Amino acid sequence: MALNRRDFLKLATVDGAVGAAAAGSTMLAADTASAQLLQRPPRPMPEEAVGLLYDSTLCIGCRACQVACKRANGMPIDIPETYEAWNGGTWDTPTDLSGDTLTVIQVYQDGTMEVKDRETDGFAFIKRQCMHCTDASCISVCPVSAMTKDPVTGVVTHHPDRCIGCRYCVLACPFGVPRYEFDNPFGQIQKCQLCTNVPDRDIPACADVCPTGATLYGRTTDLQQEAERRLGMAPGETYRFPRGALGDDRASHEAPIAHYQSAVYGEQILGGTQVRMLAGVPFADLGMPHDVPDYSYASITEGIQHTLYKYFIAPAVLLAGLVYFAYKNARSHRPEDWD
Amino acid sequence: MHAEPAGFGAAEGADRIGDLDSYRNALGGLTRRQFLKYCTGVAATLGLSPELGVRIANAAVSGARPPVIWISAQECTGCTEGLLRSYHPTLETLILDQISLDYHETLCAGAGHQAESFREQSVEANWGNYLLVVDGAIPTKDGGIYCQIAGKTVLDTVVRLADGARAIIAMGSCAAWGGIPSSGPNPTGATPVHEVLADKTVVNIPGCPPNPYNFLSTVLHFVAFGSLPALDSKNRPRFAYGRLIHENCERRPHFDAGRFAREFGDEGHRQGWCLYYLGCKGPETWANCPAIGFNDGGSGSWPVGTGHPCFGCTEQGVGFTKSIHSLASLQTVTPPTAFPRVVEEQGGADPAAIAVASGIVGAAVGAGAVLASRLGKHGPTPERPPEDAK
Repeated sequence: MALNRRDFLKLATVDGAVGAAAAGSTMLAADTASAQLLQRPPRPMPEEAVGLLYDSTLCIGCRACQVACKRANGMPIDIPETYEAWNGGTWDTPTDLSGDTLTVIQVYQDGTMEVKDRETDGFAFIKRQCMHCTDASCISVCPVSAMTKDPVTGVVTHHPDRCIGCRYCVLACPFGVPRYEFDNPFGQIQKCQLCTNVPDRDIPACADVCPTGATLYGRTTDLQQEAERRLGMAPGETYRFPRGALGDDRASHEAPIAHYQSAVYGEQILGGTQVRMLAGVPFADLGMPHDVPDYSYASITEGIQHTLYKYFIAPAVLLAGLVYFAYKNARSHRPEDWD
Repeated sequence: MHAEPAGFGAAEGADRIGDLDSYRNALGGLTRRQFLKYCTGVAATLGLSPELGVRIANAAVSGARPPVIWISAQECTGCTEGLLRSYHPTLETLILDQISLDYHETLCAGAGHQAESFREQSVEANWGNYLLVVDGAIPTKDGGIYCQIAGKTVLDTVVRLADGARAIIAMGSCAAWGGIPSSGPNPTGATPVHEVLADKTVVNIPGCPPNPYNFLSTVLHFVAFGSLPALDSKNRPRFAYGRLIHENCERRPHFDAGRFAREFGDEGHRQGWCLYYLGCKGPETWANCPAIGFNDGGSGSWPVGTGHPCFGCTEQGVGFTKSIHSLASLQTVTPPTAFPRVVEEQGGADPAAIAVASGIVGAAVGAGAVLASRLGKHGPTPERPPEDAK
């Protein structure tokens, strides 16, 4: 084999490109049935998994949850540069999740913004926080197991003492949840952990403070039932909405049922999430991932990678090939041939 | 040298105010100082500058007291009681002296035929000039027979008197939008005044009872300027109903901080926290209660100040309609109040920063190219000797 150095490098580059293209097309085909072959079985949700039910139609945008969250987690207020002109430091006005903000209320607005929970000429609120996926991408990509899922509650928990700060989780999360403290030289990853990280808290601060029950805490299976009950009622029918946690002794409040979108968000999407949502406008308008598969990304990527690396066969074969190639070339270029 | 700052009370006005002391009776026992303070207070309630208080004072003593006919329909007399308890003890005297209250079923000295006949005399004498005030809803079912005075239905009386009125004021929620009598099942067909008098402008001063100063200020505006104050789309005076209770509420900071009283008497309630959780309708009720309070009791002398949620008495569809503990739908959250949008533009690069960054990148690329072009010029590579050396 008479390859000179230049040809060898050319070949290696083309090879690499072909390989990358093949891997890319495999990923693109993930939606198709062929992806099912590579997929590993989905992770089941723990039986006692807990979460939140966020009902956008109940949310009044008071942002008490934001304040309570900051207080519980000991986080500073967040004033974006664009608000500095009028916000002298009194108001916490985050525009998005960040290293200092674990939950934020955002608004969808259209046209004249007259009616709440209406898509045309209306507006609607959305609460952003960790969805606590059943099969979370952030856990899958973490190289050092700094993201884990609690085996009982299913809460996706971050362990800063293990974290190496690679921020793969930041990139991998389809909901854009884990955030890094870029403004801190010793920054950490920050994300909602349903206040399991806060001592002496039995329910998350956001659900505890919510005056309308728009953010409700409970077992995910119970929350799903609660959500389905609301979907099953006719719009305008009076319903007693629980507040705080499902089944606690807090006073409920009476309000008419809104016009809901037909499905509970989080039941199917991306393998399911422990935080479920209801809204009056499509979730696409609310900035939530909507055109995504019902299985988790982790189940595909892990399916492919764990197949390739099973018993370390693929790397071993690759190494063997390289060794053979190197040996063959080395044999045809004996040192004695050089002069 | 006497230098009066320009615009600090018209000279003419100042002269006339000087005569006030001789009008002691007209001032209802107030001293000149007390009287001017009162008139300036009225101007402040109206959102006018203090110098207009002088004009109000002049109008109040000008002798041209506008006659007022006050008709009570389906009401509880709470509006009158509220009025009587304003600015103790002199307000009723003042009101009786500033306006000529020619007929008021609760307050008139006469009774029976005497009172009715005096009203008719006044209406006849002042046709086209009197102020008609109605408190209470008007029953319209079955020809309005459910509220009759002196054998005449109040429906007929109001319609007839409205024709000769210079201005019409609907006092209280019942008159303004139906109030309690109109709440379901409304057996008497109780109707607000402006629906009975659909072709006329009716100033609505809702409330249960309305703050007496909102009424007094409207009347004194009328007396002083000969016109009604600015009205909103529901014909309520803007100075009093232009803002939500929620906007001026002294407990508002607790709302913004998420501090809610969850039960009557709990820790948050004792601390004076926000009452939204308990069903306060302040966020959907337009009135100036937190700004001026009631009964001159100082700050906190209004329902929320005493620890009870606002129940929205001034607002149609809220007071006497919504359940007292059901939650209010916030009106101030309507965008564009500062909420981050679902997709918020992030930063955006400053043109100067782009120029600097481009310069640095360009310099680096140039330097790299020069460096690369010189790489081969340092001499022959050691492991490959030239061909001719063989």
